[in-house]
Amino acid sequence: MTAESPETLSEYDYTAGSYVGQDRPRGAGPPAGGHPLRAEVNGYLLGFAIAILLTIASFWMARTDLVYGPALAVGLLVLAVAQMGVHLVFFLHITTDPDNANNVLALAFGLLMVCLVVFGSIWVMTHLNQNMTQQSMDELMRMQG
Amino acid sequence: MSTEILRAPLDPAGLPHEAALAGAPPRVTGHGAGGPAPKRIVVGYGFWVFLLSDVIMFSSFFAAYAVLFKNTAGGPSARELYDLHNTALETALLLTSTLTCGLASIAVGQRNLKWTQIALACTGVLGVAFLTLEVREFASFVARGAGPSRSAFLSSFFTLVGCHGVHVTAGVLWLGTMMAQFYAKGFRTDIRHRFLCFTLFWHALDIIWVAIFSLVYLVGTLPPELLP
Repeated sequence: MTAESPETLSEYDYTAGSYVGQDRPRGAGPPAGGHPLRAEVNGYLLGFAIAILLTIASFWMARTDLVYGPALAVGLLVLAVAQMGVHLVFFLHITTDPDNANNVLALAFGLLMVCLVVFGSIWVMTHLNQNMTQQSMDELMRMQG
Repeated sequence: MSTEILRAPLDPAGLPHEAALAGAPPRVTGHGAGGPAPKRIVVGYGFWVFLLSDVIMFSSFFAAYAVLFKNTAGGPSARELYDLHNTALETALLLTSTLTCGLASIAVGQRNLKWTQIALACTGVLGVAFLTLEVREFASFVARGAGPSRSAFLSSFFTLVGCHGVHVTAGVLWLGTMMAQFYAKGFRTDIRHRFLCFTLFWHALDIIWVAIFSLVYLVGTLPPELLP
């Protein structure tokens, strides 16, 4: 079975590029300024290398005494956000490309929702915990009793 | 973006431009010029919106975990349970599977069936290895009396990490169907679009895992006095 047989092709030929390759008219050569194979592979390898470095940094930071203790949790959060950014750019190809304008806007909205849900929950529940001390719980029980 | 594209006249009727008529694909600028976006872009955008809604669902599980983290009900705490060696191994497996998934998408771009299948098979094996480690970890927790019903902390832990595991399982099944479709139908446009969605899904799962290993496992094993 050959993948190149005409029956398996629909109207477009296929070439290397981001997003699993770009469509082009059948028989047309690769577009000028396209992504050669070597550049594609190097892009993924570079992203993978940065991701590995950030992962090692995270695991190192969780175990080290060199970093100021109370800053560890925030430091791990920063490293995680940085690694997520690397994954978005190198693997999911969320870039400033005009093709990507809608994806970036949707991502911005998603981030807003995530921040609202996570930080909103933590904020509200922390205040609830502070206000619902054992003493105020006892008062509440007395009032109901 | 070249200024040439910006100066290209907008076509209110949405008719193809000269370049499109000449056989070249329309050049989308994101500013309305160049006609409607190619289907590859539209498919990717639709699936991206689904992935973001999935991420928002995960964020609510993260929020529940953050809120319930200290409610151990006298049971084992995160620091007593988590084994960071296991987490490091799981992270290595999933990170490598993300690389092989990317290499598979390059092989699809090159229309190389052999390397596509090899890279996808590697991705699947790494995914299954990850799931094996995760199931083993869950089983060891339950065996130590730290199942999801032990405390609010453990309920939220199993919901969050288990939900990610369910996604990886679905991804492995999807990966199998993609390999079968490439084998049976070749690199057809619609199959490639499905594969595009699969790669987005797999890479997004790895992003969720980055948050899990950093904020659940690494922060969870910090000494309690250092936690906010």
